[in-house]
Amino acid sequence: MSEKLKSSQVPGVSRRGFLKGLGVSGVATGLLTGTETPTEAAERGSPIKGPGEIPITLQINGKKHQLSVEPRVTLLDALRNRLDLTGSKKVCDRGTCGACTVIVDGQPVYSCSMLAVEAEGRAITTIEGLGTAENMNPVQKAFVKHDAQQCGFCTPGFVVACTAFLKTNPNPTLEDARTGLGGNLCRCGTYAGIMDAVLDAAKMTKGGA
Amino acid sequence: MKSFEYAIPSSLEEASSLLAQSWGETEILAGGTDLVTSLKQQVTAPKRVVSLRNISSLKGITVQRQSVRIGAMTTLADLTANSAVKEHFPALVKAVQGIGSQQIISAGTVGGDLCQRPRCWYYRNGFGLFGKQGDTSLVLEGDNRYHAIFGNEGPAYFVSASSLGPALIALGATLKISGTKGKTREVAAREFFRTPKSESERETVLRPNEILFEITIPIRGLKNATYEVRHRQGLDWPYVTATVSFALKGGTASNASVVLGHVAPVPWPSAAASKALNGARIDASLAAKCGQAATEGAKPLSGNAYKLQLVKTAVKRAVLDAAAAA
Repeated sequence: MSEKLKSSQVPGVSRRGFLKGLGVSGVATGLLTGTETPTEAAERGSPIKGPGEIPITLQINGKKHQLSVEPRVTLLDALRNRLDLTGSKKVCDRGTCGACTVIVDGQPVYSCSMLAVEAEGRAITTIEGLGTAENMNPVQKAFVKHDAQQCGFCTPGFVVACTAFLKTNPNPTLEDARTGLGGNLCRCGTYAGIMDAVLDAAKMTKGGA
Repeated sequence: MKSFEYAIPSSLEEASSLLAQSWGETEILAGGTDLVTSLKQQVTAPKRVVSLRNISSLKGITVQRQSVRIGAMTTLADLTANSAVKEHFPALVKAVQGIGSQQIISAGTVGGDLCQRPRCWYYRNGFGLFGKQGDTSLVLEGDNRYHAIFGNEGPAYFVSASSLGPALIALGATLKISGTKGKTREVAAREFFRTPKSESERETVLRPNEILFEITIPIRGLKNATYEVRHRQGLDWPYVTATVSFALKGGTASNASVVLGHVAPVPWPSAAASKALNGARIDASLAAKCGQAATEGAKPLSGNAYKLQLVKTAVKRAVLDAAAAA
């Protein structure tokens, strides 16, 4: 294993210099000891982006959004802070509570644990894309009917997670639903109502409601 | 989170060339379920993150007559949806189900599960892999209820967080690793994990610019099962897991393998428990004996002796579950 470089030996990456493609090879040889420098990579159509803002296009709820983000920006922060899609909530911000759940290419994921740059080219559905007050989806209807919330802060994440869950488990038992939704937390403890809502939504979906 | 470059190579060779030769300067991004949180908490602060998502050869499962090959970027959801995996490797499916969050299972990958960093709370809170403050071991002096009861001679006391590791070892899997210039090598799952002796090492045999890219599991007709003991049903790590596999002929076991999870810095194969199974008739009393044998050599720390009973129970139940499986 090679010796670790001391930070003093590592020239900082200048964002402007980097964007212009200047002085990068000097940085790269000091910074990264791989066989290919970023400049060499850049000459071939670089796979390296950032660390400054880079333009990306996100496809959210069927609509394309263009924005610029640093690679370190999570999908959740991009949705909330750049695109004003604040339905996805930031609670634990560490992939535990489920309040930030969105659907990416048909799968439920924690948007706090996905970088926005990683979501490029994928179909993203947020709570804003599932229904409206006038035209709710079956899960939203069932949440209203069963009063499946108290403070409501975890609710968007639960609704998205339940919608995704029912896609892969159209006929869940109570046990299936409890296990399947274990990645969402409700600090008010309204789980009983939420489970009633999920099972009812499964029935509604089958009935074509 | 500190800023970093984002690299998105389209081949393994290119990916390796983008990785540094020492740990921590670059990190590999698979599903992100561990790395993104580690970046936020600055448990790691790399100059560059190398994403594997554009390397299409890393995704997917190939079922052959005598083995199942799994690309390292295959998600845990896709792994457990595969009919051959469900048929031959219930121990693996059970290990994934234990994770308890559809969001983690749909984003998390097989390779990522094997390469995730320890959950030790001292490590996650900035006290390094060994949980030290100066010369003091915070693990030995402090709360070590979730730490190792085997292989804990130090300086490592954390437990391997991998859900799939114990199952892949018990099933005799082989892992393929890619290095620079397209060089590849193979290691048995059993040899993949190792206990780091210094902060400049990590928990596997991977070198900093190597990438785990494929997992091959032989189809050997073995009975297999995983049993987890956990605090709660929701998303959490288990206290103790046990995976067992064995051939069963006329009620008698052979070729047995018993591997414990969350008890040591690596998945922990138990030679004594495997020996107790081989050549024996499987029944409840043999299963209990096997569980007892699995605790041989354990050296609990001040706060985790409770894990001994959990090992006994997990092994006993895994043996009975495996024997009962069709």
